[in-house]
Amino acid sequence: MNAVSGAAGFSQRFEGLRDRLPGAKQPWLATLRDDAAASFAAQGFPTRRDEAWKYTSLAAVAEAGFDEPLTLLDAEVALPPSVTARVVFVDGRFRADLASLDGLGFTAQSLARQLDTAEGRVGTLAHPAREPMVALNTMLFEDGLLIDVPEGVDGGVLELLSVATASERPQAFHPRHIIRLAPGASLTIVETASGASGAAYLHNPVFEIDLAEGARLTHGRLQQESRAGFHLSTIYAAVAERAVYDNFTLNAGAKLVRNEIHIALNGPNAACHMNGAQLVGDGQHADTATVLDHAAPDCASRQTYKTVLAGRARGVFQGRIHVHQAAQRTDGYQMNQALLLSPDAEIDSKPQLEIYADDVKCSHGATVGELDADQLFYLRARGIPEPAAKAMLVEAFLVEAVEELPEGLLRERLTNAISGWWQGQEAA
Amino acid sequence: MMLKIENLSATVDGKAILNGISLEIPDGEIHAIMGPNGSGKSTLSYVLAGRDGYEVTGGTATFNGQDLLEMEPEARAASGLFLAFQYPVELPGVGNANFLRTALNAIRKNRGEPELDAMQFLKVARARMQALSMPEDMLKRGVNVGFSGGEKKRNEVLQMALLQPRLAILDETDSGLDIDALKIVADGVNAQRGPEFSALVITHYQRLLDYIVPDRVHVLVKGRIVKSGGPDVALALEKDGYASVQEAA
Repeated sequence: MNAVSGAAGFSQRFEGLRDRLPGAKQPWLATLRDDAAASFAAQGFPTRRDEAWKYTSLAAVAEAGFDEPLTLLDAEVALPPSVTARVVFVDGRFRADLASLDGLGFTAQSLARQLDTAEGRVGTLAHPAREPMVALNTMLFEDGLLIDVPEGVDGGVLELLSVATASERPQAFHPRHIIRLAPGASLTIVETASGASGAAYLHNPVFEIDLAEGARLTHGRLQQESRAGFHLSTIYAAVAERAVYDNFTLNAGAKLVRNEIHIALNGPNAACHMNGAQLVGDGQHADTATVLDHAAPDCASRQTYKTVLAGRARGVFQGRIHVHQAAQRTDGYQMNQALLLSPDAEIDSKPQLEIYADDVKCSHGATVGELDADQLFYLRARGIPEPAAKAMLVEAFLVEAVEELPEGLLRERLTNAISGWWQGQEAA
Repeated sequence: MMLKIENLSATVDGKAILNGISLEIPDGEIHAIMGPNGSGKSTLSYVLAGRDGYEVTGGTATFNGQDLLEMEPEARAASGLFLAFQYPVELPGVGNANFLRTALNAIRKNRGEPELDAMQFLKVARARMQALSMPEDMLKRGVNVGFSGGEKKRNEVLQMALLQPRLAILDETDSGLDIDALKIVADGVNAQRGPEFSALVITHYQRLLDYIVPDRVHVLVKGRIVKSGGPDVALALEKDGYASVQEAA
């Protein structure tokens, strides 16, 4: 099977790199990587026989055959001017020369250079044995972002840019981002993942996010990878008492994308919002999988996901909410809606509620529809040309996912990406 | 001639609704079409505006010499045709200001006029809204979302006032309006009157025609015009009801 040979390729690469990977001399990390490698070798890439991967096949990833990035550490990259504090990863490696971190009230640094003091920080929230892509990340990560926001500090806005360069052979990179907010700290991360046009690569980031009491992280993600790229991300967030994790994800790029988000609301009155928009064009596959653990009482969670599909697009939404027995007075809400712009597009939607507490308010809904003919005619009858009229309706459908965001860089970026998308589809 | 309809027939879902309508509206004239429910009044307005689902099976319709039936709905609007909807459509998530400005700029572009930026548009829109007694916050809301029946109709007349069409088709714009709202709407239409503006006022009741006085009145029954004349035709209908003309058909 190709999938086996693809996985074997990664395993062989790990064997070859094992003693040269960052932190190889740290026994705790060596053990972590060895265990992950054993787990990945045993499981291989997930297949559609796995319930969690029922609607997304990684055969194309397994068959591609990736090299590790050989990018020079001072490779020229064209970047937009920075408008705020910024860190930049090129092919998965932290580029200190491209970062703007002056006057930051917290530390944001390369994980690779901090591994000698990172014991107990890496791998504490992630589950390589359960998630094969996380196993792959664990055994091969070369770098990542290490963020610590001290108690009570408002870290403002930090931009996290990931850029993939064009390369002769497809490359794979697996950054591990470790983010910790001390009690009462807050931060907004605006993450953008992009790649050189037409570049084939695998971007497989894993986030471990630890939010202490009363901390607040707003995590915005714009996935605009190359249309030949693969983006497979896994986020783990542990949210303590009164802390809030907000995730807004826009999927617009990549040939295949899956964003897996595992959130544990561990303390009373913790909250999370997970909102997202998936803009899926012809030949693209976009998968959002959320796993939400309500493990403490009086927590609230809200999820609103919108997917628009054009051409032969495939979309997936899987949302699991697990309300533990202790999580009384949970307030959970999940909505996912899809708009099909073509008869060839397809969306699979699977909400899953497991409730073990008895005093719980939990609702979910899913809708699939097409553009409304009456609405379209109304706009055209006012002189608005059909493509522009469609764009207005698509934008109106998506805007709910970003409506809750406060004015600022994140909202601006998301809104711009949404408003330009449909015109791009028409042109293509 | 602003609008010239000759022997127009149309079906909906295979059912004949219009059965050979002929009608001419010269420049500067306001014509009314009256008729009982199901006589084809709304179908005529949709066929003229270009809505999908209506099959023209015969006849022609020319608008300032252009073959109307060959044009896309947006092209009809761009060349000066305006349909005020009987049931204005709600567009959640589309801001009314954004909608109105996009529509206005699409029309202006077609006329070869420069597009208006947000500030220029607001100035124009505010003046028009004041004339229609519309609160300014209606610009901020979603198009027709949460609007009362009267607000929706006023929003239609606002669009007409902004887009400055050459021919307005008002499809039962009076339905659901109280007398104050009716006067406001009628004033909005009367303000457009002039040698280069024509209108086709579709209504079930004579009442609206007290405020928008038509040059000609046509009676539509079973998809055909059975009677035409001056405003007195409407008054006679009000008195005798549709039964008399229905028998004639």
